[in-house]
Amino acid sequence: MGQAGTGSIQQYNYDIIKKFAVMALVWGLLGMATGVYIASELAWPFLNFDIPQITFGRLRPVHTTLVIFGFGGSALFATSYYVVQRTCQTRLYSDWMAVFTFWGWQAAVALGAVSYMFGYTQSREYAEFEWPIDLIILVTWVVYFTLYIQTIRRRSQPHIYVANWFYIAFILVIALLHIFNNLAVPVGLFSMKSYSLFSGVQDAMTQWWYGHNAVGFFLTAAFLGMMYYFVPKQAGRPVYSYRLSIVHFWALAFLYMWVGAHHLHWTALPDWTSTLAATFSIMLLLPSWGGMINGIMTLSGAWEKLRTDPIMLFLITSLSFYGMSTFEGPLMSLKSVNALSHYTDWTIGHVHSGALGWVAMVTFGSFYHMVPRLYDTRIYSTRLIYLHFWLATIGIVLYITSMWVAGIVQGLMLRSFDDYGNLSYTFVESVAFLHKPYVWRALGGLFFVSGVAVMVFNMFMTIRRSRSEAAELEARIAAKMARA
Amino acid sequence: MTDWLLWFTRFENSKVVALLLFFTTFCAILVYLYTGRKRAERLESYKYMPLQDDEPDLNAEHGGEKENESDKN
Repeated sequence: MGQAGTGSIQQYNYDIIKKFAVMALVWGLLGMATGVYIASELAWPFLNFDIPQITFGRLRPVHTTLVIFGFGGSALFATSYYVVQRTCQTRLYSDWMAVFTFWGWQAAVALGAVSYMFGYTQSREYAEFEWPIDLIILVTWVVYFTLYIQTIRRRSQPHIYVANWFYIAFILVIALLHIFNNLAVPVGLFSMKSYSLFSGVQDAMTQWWYGHNAVGFFLTAAFLGMMYYFVPKQAGRPVYSYRLSIVHFWALAFLYMWVGAHHLHWTALPDWTSTLAATFSIMLLLPSWGGMINGIMTLSGAWEKLRTDPIMLFLITSLSFYGMSTFEGPLMSLKSVNALSHYTDWTIGHVHSGALGWVAMVTFGSFYHMVPRLYDTRIYSTRLIYLHFWLATIGIVLYITSMWVAGIVQGLMLRSFDDYGNLSYTFVESVAFLHKPYVWRALGGLFFVSGVAVMVFNMFMTIRRSRSEAAELEARIAAKMARA
Repeated sequence: MTDWLLWFTRFENSKVVALLLFFTTFCAILVYLYTGRKRAERLESYKYMPLQDDEPDLNAEHGGEKENESDKN
């Protein structure tokens, strides 16, 4: 194994990482604030104000796009560029390609959000972008893939560290998913509107093959890449078992591709397909928990760090939520459980325990580790990290428990029959019940987004301090030079 | 001549072929990972890679236990 040299800011392209990191925070704050607003619209419908552009139906894809692709995507670009350079001990293959991916990605996210507000959407969940924006994403992604692979090819380390495997799988699979799910025929060259190449049940199958693999490879595999680098770095100890991380990788790669059809239980989809998906979903529990245990056990023998290091708190809590949501997911994929949970808010709660608890928390932890190093300074305030952690944790707990209550009761109400076989409750009665859980959910979201605001302030002050330190240093050097 | 290829296109065949292919590959990966002491040592040595790229670490020196300037207020 080759010996790693000492990294320096000049050796690596940190500029592009800074850009993506800042935009991840901007999109995160905007996207999560939008989430709180639409959660409030559900609790207090007058907030729609009869303005089409800000109604729930249009703002919902704005929220998901900003948090998944704006926040999550930018965070993945930032951390993947950081990890690949540092573990391969080489600079990114091309600076202009890196800048191209930045502007391509930011343009796609911004244009997507604006287009949804004006009613342009493919109506495919998490793939609402209309065809011109899909093309921007495609070109950006091909450049990203080329840049990443070429950077790995010029590495000065003989081995490719496992975090990069997860990032490569993410880039490769998202390319496949994006291309096939978005095959569409535009109405005209100058029209934003297009129609999918698929129809009926094939359309649904393609969409959920995309949808669940977006969860599997965008929101899971890629963030596991983040975890496999930043947990050992912050802990100052190697990952518990490297071989287990390889099993984790291959098992996820083999199993995830087959589970999408569990979103289509009890539909026109052939029964064997959804049974196959449920079976693979149950099997996924093993590698998911293997990976979680591998991450958490990295702290084996150094558990006291959880008392003294708030960044470690973020990272280990994120792994706990990863374990929890990867238990809940297979459970919900069982046909009998799904008959109760599907089309209810339980699904929304499940998604957010993964998105807030796993994806966002591991990103926060990684950013608190990475950003001060990018700017060659210390974090502005450790106390604010603790404050952020508790705001986020309380917010998630409020969110998911209120959605469990909402979803399970909603499911029970919709399936309840009287002695004569009539429905016991009208749909409106289930909607009236949901008001209180929706208020609690909005409150949970408010806690979470307040935490993000605290983080943005902490990061802003950290960056500002690094600049003043740099200016001070320059002034000292200038003074010394003048004296000499 | 290409009739044997059509055999793979039938669902009752392709499902079994896919299962055998993926499952065998996965088992082979497991065998590769967990046999051979030297190989195990080599693979486990890679886990130190993230720790070998360290710069002088300002955060570790002043990290969670010590207060930052802004925390003293």
